Amino acid sequence: MTVILDPTGEQQVAERGLLARPVSLAGLTVGLLDISKPRGDVFLDRLEHRLTEVGAVVRRYRKPTFTKPAPVDLRHEIATHCEVVIEALAD
Amino acid sequence: MRNGRANGTKTARACKRQVTEVIDARYGAAMVSGGPSESATAPALPDGLVIVVKQDCATCRLVEPVLGRLAAGDEPLTVYTQDDPGFPASVAAVHDADLAVSWHHDIETVPTVLRIVDGAEVDRTVGWSQAEWRRITGIDDLGADLPVMRPGCGSLSVDPDRADDLRVRFTGSRLRARRVEIAALEDEMEALFARGWTDGLPVVPPTEARVLAMLEGTTRDPQELVAVVPPDLIPCTVEKVAINAVMAGCRPEHLPVVLAAVAAACTDEFNIHGVLATTMPVGPVLIVNGPIRRRIGMNSAGNVLGQGNRANLAIGRALQLVIRNVGGGRPQGVDRAAHGNPGKLSFCFAEDEEGSPWTPLSVARGFEPGQDTVTLFPGEGPRCIVDQLSRDPESLAGSMALGVRGMHHPKLVLGFDAVLVMGPEHARVFAEAGWDRERVVAEIVARTVTPGSELARGAGGIAEGVPASLADRSLPKVRDGGLLLVHAGGGAGLFSAIIGGWANGAVGSQPVTVPITS
Repeated sequence: MTVILDPTGEQQVAERGLLARPVSLAGLTVGLLDISKPRGDVFLDRLEHRLTEVGAVVRRYRKPTFTKPAPVDLRHEIATHCEVVIEALAD
Repeated sequence: MRNGRANGTKTARACKRQVTEVIDARYGAAMVSGGPSESATAPALPDGLVIVVKQDCATCRLVEPVLGRLAAGDEPLTVYTQDDPGFPASVAAVHDADLAVSWHHDIETVPTVLRIVDGAEVDRTVGWSQAEWRRITGIDDLGADLPVMRPGCGSLSVDPDRADDLRVRFTGSRLRARRVEIAALEDEMEALFARGWTDGLPVVPPTEARVLAMLEGTTRDPQELVAVVPPDLIPCTVEKVAINAVMAGCRPEHLPVVLAAVAAACTDEFNIHGVLATTMPVGPVLIVNGPIRRRIGMNSAGNVLGQGNRANLAIGRALQLVIRNVGGGRPQGVDRAAHGNPGKLSFCFAEDEEGSPWTPLSVARGFEPGQDTVTLFPGEGPRCIVDQLSRDPESLAGSMALGVRGMHHPKLVLGFDAVLVMGPEHARVFAEAGWDRERVVAEIVARTVTPGSELARGAGGIAEGVPASLADRSLPKVRDGGLLLVHAGGGAGLFSAIIGGWANGAVGSQPVTVPITS
């Protein structure tokens, strides 16, 4: 038997259950996170229009650059203010 | 025999995973909890004279009568014997069977004489020296019938066949990484592939013995934090870097370069997260400066960007394995490269400072001459610049400029930095004309300046290009400071190489140079 040392980050991913899906978005606060890729705002503008139509309250957020993870403060702000978040990923 | 394995009769079925016990279902690997449990603390030595000997040493046998005389004296004497518990016959010895006393008290030679006062060593001599033994014992006629001097023998605790095992036994508890058992019939190489811990090539199994030996390459504590590694943002210790360095094929003397590179890669400026996640074909390129290049045998000459040099390849590979294994960054995972490039296995080389007509890259980037540094650049694969006819610097600078302009897309400018690896035969043309580093870079960049009308979107019938608002300006290919010049390559060949970069500036990645410390 050989014993070797684990080269990984030894991340034990805790099971995190999904929240129950909301029956309606009416009255809920929905965060729209623009990751700063070109034309992400076009997509999110359209989403904001549609979400507002169904009674959601929309808050807009933007990462400083798509190349880096969202700053922890931004993540905290979204988690604090929103019940739902939608992220625009692509060009 | 470390990591030895009999595999001559294995069948494919027998190779099937025979991992034992304690399966962590989510992790999918076999774990054994804890590490070696033997004490990492030194056994206390009694006050008085302490002498360590072994029977299999002519000098120890020579001094046997001396030991008898010392035992008969007033001073407390303790003799430790490493091999034969019956030796020496002249005095009752303590058998250092597990070599704990010898290991922890750094006995490298037998005989070794120690003087212990209040539990602390205050004096030591090794081998047989009549004068030294008389001085340390205070007995003026000690060993009068012996030769004046005889060298000692190697202590069993530093025997190359035992040292690795002893290091594991006595210092393995310093290591915190999870232990993973691989069954005797399991192929170690295949086991590492199966867990997803390799970059597509076999890795060296990171046994405790190898990792502890690797850690001898640095003075830093194994649990010291080196960086928080993206994309999973995992705190990474010296130990974790050492484990991956073992896997990459590093030697202990390579470790300080790897540690510096990991720290540099994980800075906000270099932004390894973005370099990893981009769809462009870039990865970290490591350029090493300073005396350490020679000390660890790095290549800066022929085939400098190619295969064949262990230090170059293993150091670059170790960084990539840290990103993969510790950070969790994997191709088609967070690594979104559309094509990648072969240099993402390893891309590390040294500057040819000795043959260079110019100051080293590290000095150009603000470090003192003689300081060991590693510069990280987010680079694609190298591309050759051919010019076998230019013998004046203006002509050659023009060729270099054309090579630089071709990077990524001739109509895209200022958004990407580049490394120009200039071969010695090209460099000589500039040096003979008296051009220094700054002038070479300035003259090349000046020759990349192109009218915006040729670069604008749609110009030449090509949609790609700079915004139309820049059409009335003339623009250089690279931003100020965006062309890094490095002197390296074989002595024959009128060629250089250009390494294209990635999105530069705060939005992307900045080249980062850091000092290498022990």
